[in-house]
Amino acid sequence: MAAAHALSAAPPQRPPWWPVWRAAQRDPGAWLGTAALSGVVLVALLAPHLAPTDPESQDIVHRLMPPLSVSAGHCFWLGSDQLGRDLLSRIIFGSRISLVVGLSAVALSALVGTAVGVVSGYIGRGWDDLLMRITDVQLAFPSILLSLAIVAVLGAGVRNLIAVLALSGWVGYARVTRSRVLGIRQQEYIDAAKTLGARDGRIILRHVVPNVMPSVLTIASFSLGGMITAEAALTFLGLGIPSNIPSWGGMLTDGAQYLSVAWWLATFPGAAIMVTVLATNLIGDWLRDVLDPRTESGPLR
Amino acid sequence: MQRYVARRLFQALLVLLGISAVAFALTHVIGDPVVLLLPPFEAGQAQVAEMRHSLGLDRPLLVQYAAFVGAALHGDFGLSIRQNTPALGLVLDRVPATAELASAALVVAVGAAVPLGVAAALRRRRVVDRAALLFSMLGQSMPTFWLGLQAILLFGVALRWFPTGGIGGFRHLVLPAAVLGVFSAAGILRLTRTSMLDVISEDYLRTARAKGLRETAVVARHALRNASLPIVTWIGLELGTLLGGAVVTETVFAWPGMGRLAVQAIFARDFPVVQAAVLFAATIFVLATFCTDLMYAWLDPRIHYS
Repeated sequence: MAAAHALSAAPPQRPPWWPVWRAAQRDPGAWLGTAALSGVVLVALLAPHLAPTDPESQDIVHRLMPPLSVSAGHCFWLGSDQLGRDLLSRIIFGSRISLVVGLSAVALSALVGTAVGVVSGYIGRGWDDLLMRITDVQLAFPSILLSLAIVAVLGAGVRNLIAVLALSGWVGYARVTRSRVLGIRQQEYIDAAKTLGARDGRIILRHVVPNVMPSVLTIASFSLGGMITAEAALTFLGLGIPSNIPSWGGMLTDGAQYLSVAWWLATFPGAAIMVTVLATNLIGDWLRDVLDPRTESGPLR
Repeated sequence: MQRYVARRLFQALLVLLGISAVAFALTHVIGDPVVLLLPPFEAGQAQVAEMRHSLGLDRPLLVQYAAFVGAALHGDFGLSIRQNTPALGLVLDRVPATAELASAALVVAVGAAVPLGVAAALRRRRVVDRAALLFSMLGQSMPTFWLGLQAILLFGVALRWFPTGGIGGFRHLVLPAAVLGVFSAAGILRLTRTSMLDVISEDYLRTARAKGLRETAVVARHALRNASLPIVTWIGLELGTLLGGAVVTETVFAWPGMGRLAVQAIFARDFPVVQAAVLFAATIFVLATFCTDLMYAWLDPRIHYS
């Protein structure tokens, strides 16, 4: 009887994701960011169902229509571009290429950067010197210029664009992972694993990599926004996404050309970029507070 | 200290060597110089082979690279394909414009961000702090080229306060410097706030207040000075980046700086100019980080170098 009473008075069992949930409740920015990014992902997935018209269908009679103009029973919510294409539909479809390029570039750069950081920090010695000098070189390069130059040599295209973006993004992961690994290597559980006869490969995969994942996730969240901006910038400059795919950066190129006659072309696609990047930055902030409390003081400190 | 400087200098030279290798690889390994030089489909096989030989492109890559570095050390990147003048000269012609924009942007950024960051840290969780964080969040999330277009739309096209592009006089400088400055300010603001929060609860501040120092002196001399190390590093890196040419902002505002030159050269496939611009920008960056590291010792005498 007494035992049953004591049991009922015990604190309720928390699921493992409880701390993350609590932190999200305390930090409204995290809510906002998650909601906005989920929204963008949903829009990208459901693009054909959400877009009022085909993003490619041209209607030269209704070119450069201002937002909210109704014509022939069709409402151009965000106006139309110089070829009479519906801007809202193009922005909705443009989210697809931004997310695909952004996520692929983040995944690729995280993979390469983390691998370099682990090798550099765990194996050390000559490898460490060599790899860190390479990151120095990469950091010193004006990254947009390098990306542009490589795309100019290789030719524009989605695959080349992803490769080039990943090339400029891996350094951040490498540096942070390396410094984390240097700390982890001193931990007792690594000594314990070694004493038990674990090989280096197993120690790296079972003990080192899981412990650097929080830092990697945090950087990945921030860099997703950076990659989407960089993709848009390269496309804006004319060497990114080919113009037959609707992309936010490409729309802004049109916007810059028709700046004095059609403000909406230069405004709404950029607003879409900003909302997406803002969302990834908010999520990144929140992840850093929850997973990586040592790096920067956030609202929780 | 001397040994530290020597080692840092050696490292900087190594980095520059690496950068030259990448710039070389861009045209000689990723691309084929003959293909890059010749307009497509105009040259026959024999002509290509002859050109390869006359340019020394049939030599081993390592020999070619050594020749490239040797020439680069003399400031020789070859002639611009478009204008037939030395490539480095074209880049150097653009330095004043880029330097003007970079310094103006940095003045805007530091002038806005450091006081705001200090105010935010002193009034933590109050309205000032929230507003500052919101500003820095938005500033970091807006693509600079979009902010530039919006600034042109509002202040250039609608209000006609400032010219929409080009160089000349103070009025031309306002919009690009402000746009570039907002982006830099966002980062500096955040860092200033964080660094100030780190020192603000230190005992020496309580001591300074207890001995009757005015609050401004406490903040400026004791708090900000101790918080300044990461801020100075950041500003140094920012300056190094800005001096390399603000590629996107210069393009949006038709500002005749190095960034715009490099973009135009890339589109014209004028690779000697591209290489000269990239190497110059990277050298400036390496120099800036080197000077920043030396500033450390001056700002914080406790730091020892091994």
